[in-house]
Amino acid sequence: MEEIFNLFHGFAVVLQPYNLLVMLFGIVLGVMIGVLPGLGGANGVAILLPLTFSMSPTSAIIMLSCIYWGSLFGGAITSVLFNIPGEPWSVATTFDGHPMAQNGRAGEALTAAFTSSFVGALFAVIVITFVAPLVALFALQFGPAEKFAIFFLAFCSFIGMGKEPPFKTITSMMIGFALAAVGLDSVTGQLRLTFGFTELLNGFDFLIAVIGLFGIGEILLTVEEGLSLKGRAAGINLKVVLQTWTELPRYWITSLRSCLIGCWMGISPAGATPASFMSYGIAKRASRRGDNFGKGEIEGVIAPETAAHAAGTSALLPMLSLGVPGSPTAAVLLGGLLIWGLQPGPLLFVEQKEFVWGLIASMYLGNLVGLAVVLTCVPLFAAILRIPFSIIAPIILVFCAIGAYGVHNSTFDVIVMLVFGVVGYVMKKCNYPLAPLVLAIVLGDRAEEAFRQSLLGSQGSIAVFWSNGLVGGIMALGLIALSWPLIQEGSARLRTRLPRRLL
Amino acid sequence: MSNVSQRRDGGPRQRAMEIGVSLFTALFGAVVLVGSLQVGIGWGAEGPRPGFFPFYIGLLIIASSTVNLVQVGLADRRSGFAEWSQLRQVLLVLVPTAIYVVSIRYVGMYLSSAALIAVFMSWLGKYHWSLTAAISIGTSIAIYLMFEKWFLVPLPKGPLEELLQL
Repeated sequence: MEEIFNLFHGFAVVLQPYNLLVMLFGIVLGVMIGVLPGLGGANGVAILLPLTFSMSPTSAIIMLSCIYWGSLFGGAITSVLFNIPGEPWSVATTFDGHPMAQNGRAGEALTAAFTSSFVGALFAVIVITFVAPLVALFALQFGPAEKFAIFFLAFCSFIGMGKEPPFKTITSMMIGFALAAVGLDSVTGQLRLTFGFTELLNGFDFLIAVIGLFGIGEILLTVEEGLSLKGRAAGINLKVVLQTWTELPRYWITSLRSCLIGCWMGISPAGATPASFMSYGIAKRASRRGDNFGKGEIEGVIAPETAAHAAGTSALLPMLSLGVPGSPTAAVLLGGLLIWGLQPGPLLFVEQKEFVWGLIASMYLGNLVGLAVVLTCVPLFAAILRIPFSIIAPIILVFCAIGAYGVHNSTFDVIVMLVFGVVGYVMKKCNYPLAPLVLAIVLGDRAEEAFRQSLLGSQGSIAVFWSNGLVGGIMALGLIALSWPLIQEGSARLRTRLPRRLL
Repeated sequence: MSNVSQRRDGGPRQRAMEIGVSLFTALFGAVVLVGSLQVGIGWGAEGPRPGFFPFYIGLLIIASSTVNLVQVGLADRRSGFAEWSQLRQVLLVLVPTAIYVVSIRYVGMYLSSAALIAVFMSWLGKYHWSLTAAISIGTSIAIYLMFEKWFLVPLPKGPLEELLQL
């Protein structure tokens, strides 16, 4: 019950006029970011982070998280109307969303997408409200070894669960760790890996990396593929919305299943993109009309959208309660916390109640406001996509540059951003995942610190990571996640062999 | 990064690119190793020395790059990385952007941003100069109002802004 009381307190914070204004501004910006090619949740939030330096941390996190919700909503618009996923997690939405639009049912598809997004997010926020404080309470007892084990688990699940080749994931992740190590060593205060360049004293900021890898890299990819925008008219009005809403409750099983898949995938750092694909695949198999999937089935829109939003939202749970972000965007928000002078981790729930509960309350309200905004303003946002590429691309580049400059007021950072952009383009083309690299840059220093502190405590013995049930259990989970592809392959082989033997 | 050569159907091979990337990441790993050795990878008075953790990271980078390099051998020999025409498009965007990010330091954010938008619009979009001027200058002014006035984030300025005493 304490959670309910805290939540009401949070609502009191959010309902201040200034915070409401910031919320609306964030949502609108977020939808625009979600619609624009090359801008997504992670780099959109990173670019706009400097805007919040003069705000209070609570208003700042409300604005940034609302940008995130907005971008989650925005991805659906481009998927349905233009067949261009604005975000990787909206790819699955194009499968049925765009055929629906082609059949003149764009309004229905959009309403279903937005409403499912809202349902998914709401489910995840409720989970966060009640589970996050418990996890935080539990995590307060963690020593350095347990902390490192949690990081270990997070990174192992990236390697084991990702759809990219595992060794490419390892390479990209380790490069992230190496980049994080550059500069001042946080334990001894010694300089390392700078090779005498004074520009590298402060190391590589992950915000610069995010803006470059995702923003610039994505624009280069878009340019290469050549943009041909053939959009469908939005055609959404109150009648269509209400009519679709009366239909949606029929698919409650799909919704609930997608919510659960989304939350699970969001909390374990698999992320929104695999969640949306998995949810779509299972819905297709489970549905009676599964054969119609891909031809414009409304259930095929509900499933991925619900899961993607549930995953995107629940990615904040480990970020808030453990200080381990579940997605690149959650990582950027975590970076924001550090910049505003807050220490991410379980102590947040004890020391920064107003901040945490303000954020959670803003998730409820922000998603509601977001739903209203996208339902009423779809044609407006769709119009953004009709701006020719030769106008919108340089404007996006300019905003990337401003964002990169704003992090440390350094023009050198802008050049670093462009280098990251080219690296991101090549890596993406060669199927190296970018998210682990970013997460490793964010968490590198803290993972290393936890590692070294645990070794200090044990006088250099690795056995400290198996010294008690808790830390050993987490490490074991990590190892299972790491070898997941092998386990899957093994069980698949067993399954195909057994029946044959029986014959 | 890799030795790309033009062949019949135009464009560098995916294989060549992948080999290049894995060699590059291995080289990066080696640099990390050297850097770690410079600051010490052993056990010092205050516990593990600064190079302790990065040293193993460097080893892992080299090891995983080697695996990637071996796996390239299994990849399709014929698939292309990109067409030359596509890469030319990429360069058309990349070169002005490179000039742009360097010029920010010398002429300030506002002037260089307006110039970048103008170059894109007139070069790639072939718009009339009046529309080009309106959008490029308009964007810079909008950015000025939004960042400098509303959110109080100062952006780099050059000689022009000094002249206008902004």
